[in-house]
Amino acid sequence: MSERVKFSRSKGFFEIFERRPGAVKKNMSYCPGCGHGILHKLIAEAIADFGIQDRTTLIAPVGCSVFAYYYFDCFGIQVPHGRSAAVATGLTRANPEGIVIGYQGDGDLAAIGFNNFIQAANRGENYCVFFVNNAIYGMTGGQMAPTSLIGQKTTTSPYGRNAANEGFPLKVCEMTAQLEAPVYVERVALTSTANIMKARQAVRKAVKNNIDKKGFSLVEFLSGCPVNLKFDASQMDEFIDKEMTKYFPLGVFKDESTQREPNIRPVPVYDTEKVREAMFPLKIGQGVSDDYRCASKIFDRELRIKIAGFGGQGVLSLGLIIAAMGKQRNFNVSWLPSYGPEMRGGTANCAIIVNREAIGSPIVDSNCDLLIILNKPSLDKYVQELSPSGILLYDSSTIETPPELDGGQSVFSLDATNIAEEFGNLKCANSIMLGALAAILKAKFLDEVDTADIDGLVADALTECFTGKEKIVKMNIEAYQLGLNKMFGNIADV
Amino acid sequence: MTGKIKKTHRVEIIADECKGCGRCINACPKKVLEMGTVFNFMGTTYAVYKGSGCIGCGGCFYACPEPGAISVIEISEDDNEVQQ
Repeated sequence: MSERVKFSRSKGFFEIFERRPGAVKKNMSYCPGCGHGILHKLIAEAIADFGIQDRTTLIAPVGCSVFAYYYFDCFGIQVPHGRSAAVATGLTRANPEGIVIGYQGDGDLAAIGFNNFIQAANRGENYCVFFVNNAIYGMTGGQMAPTSLIGQKTTTSPYGRNAANEGFPLKVCEMTAQLEAPVYVERVALTSTANIMKARQAVRKAVKNNIDKKGFSLVEFLSGCPVNLKFDASQMDEFIDKEMTKYFPLGVFKDESTQREPNIRPVPVYDTEKVREAMFPLKIGQGVSDDYRCASKIFDRELRIKIAGFGGQGVLSLGLIIAAMGKQRNFNVSWLPSYGPEMRGGTANCAIIVNREAIGSPIVDSNCDLLIILNKPSLDKYVQELSPSGILLYDSSTIETPPELDGGQSVFSLDATNIAEEFGNLKCANSIMLGALAAILKAKFLDEVDTADIDGLVADALTECFTGKEKIVKMNIEAYQLGLNKMFGNIADV
Repeated sequence: MTGKIKKTHRVEIIADECKGCGRCINACPKKVLEMGTVFNFMGTTYAVYKGSGCIGCGGCFYACPEPGAISVIEISEDDNEVQQ
């Protein structure tokens, strides 16, 4: 006589649930008769039978099965409510050999996480979703779910769900099956043995699709919540089989498992150098050695710069060019744009901080060392932010009356917009202002070494900011030279 | 020489892992499970095997929401052994 264990605890579960509180560490935390337990067994059996426990990640949802990772002997991760699909996308993209199982309930998937879910389905991410639909919010105490049936009484629909007021139950499988990308969509029920066996096959098929990299699989399980629906085991099964399946018919909605080729995505790049090459492909200019320091005294402390004008005048670009110049000479720089929702036409400004040391806050709202202003409203608004020893440079073609200042500040102006119009391109006003700035710095503030450096530096910064647009770079360098020469003339006149 | 092998089955239920939902009793096609009358560690009554009649279909195992509360054991008996 010999004995053989035909059915017993799956190897996909931990032998003892160490993290489960309480004395009985062999069973799960679910209520008596809960559908989660049945589905857990099917999943555990599938991952153990396919021998994929070492590369499977189960994403636990928010809901009763939030502690699913206590039970499964595979990798587990718990994600914020509804974000299962986003995390699954990251996991499967970063590790294409991994098997990812998204376990979601009706609140997690059909309510808060529906957009995450449907986008992942539409992208055909290579993972499988097991969607537990019990028509109610179980963990929080029986509130109405998106999948609650019409007429179903819950704590938040005490008169029964009314389509006129709460809308219709969400048919997730039907909606997902309409998409091109998903490979397999089926709805099953966790009721009779026959239905559970169908569910078992569905789980295995979805996991197999994942192993074969066929793409996105969704299996919806009509599952019981006997405690919140106030049923016993047989009433629960009857409710699912008679009431729920009327609105949520069982069956396969889409199955292209056999027709599909494995979906091979580009191999992820982890090498730091390669990532840097891909993101910053161009080596700009000559560059300087790591210990290069500009000689001029004004660079010994933090420089706070603000540039303001109408959107479309090139305010933000001018800021970027100045920040790029700082970056190329070993400064830490920050560039913080600020503009109205209307973009072109509205007022815009940007704050740049240039510092050898670490930069604390990127905000400039006082003690501004350099203020470049391209229109009147900005001048009125920001002139009080100028530090007592600051430099103000404004466009005299848009600002006719010079501002009144307490003294101490250096004020310069250039009719940049008019010059740009003569030059043939209004968009170049910002480069003309940059030329003006360079002229001021050269004439008044910089040491000889830095003065010689500045023209090449501007060209490098322009090349960096307008990568690949040679014509624009060339035109802006011309505009810069024009502004530089005009400003030199202005300064000489004074 | 091997004789005809006779296969029987039995169900083992671990009392303290059972929560007494009764799903296995509903699932059993031969109705060989019933709800017991004593309490387990958790303070609920639990399902018990009547002692004979199990056909080893596994319906109770899959209906049970607990991972290891129910095991189904297959017993192989050699006719020769029985005669000896």
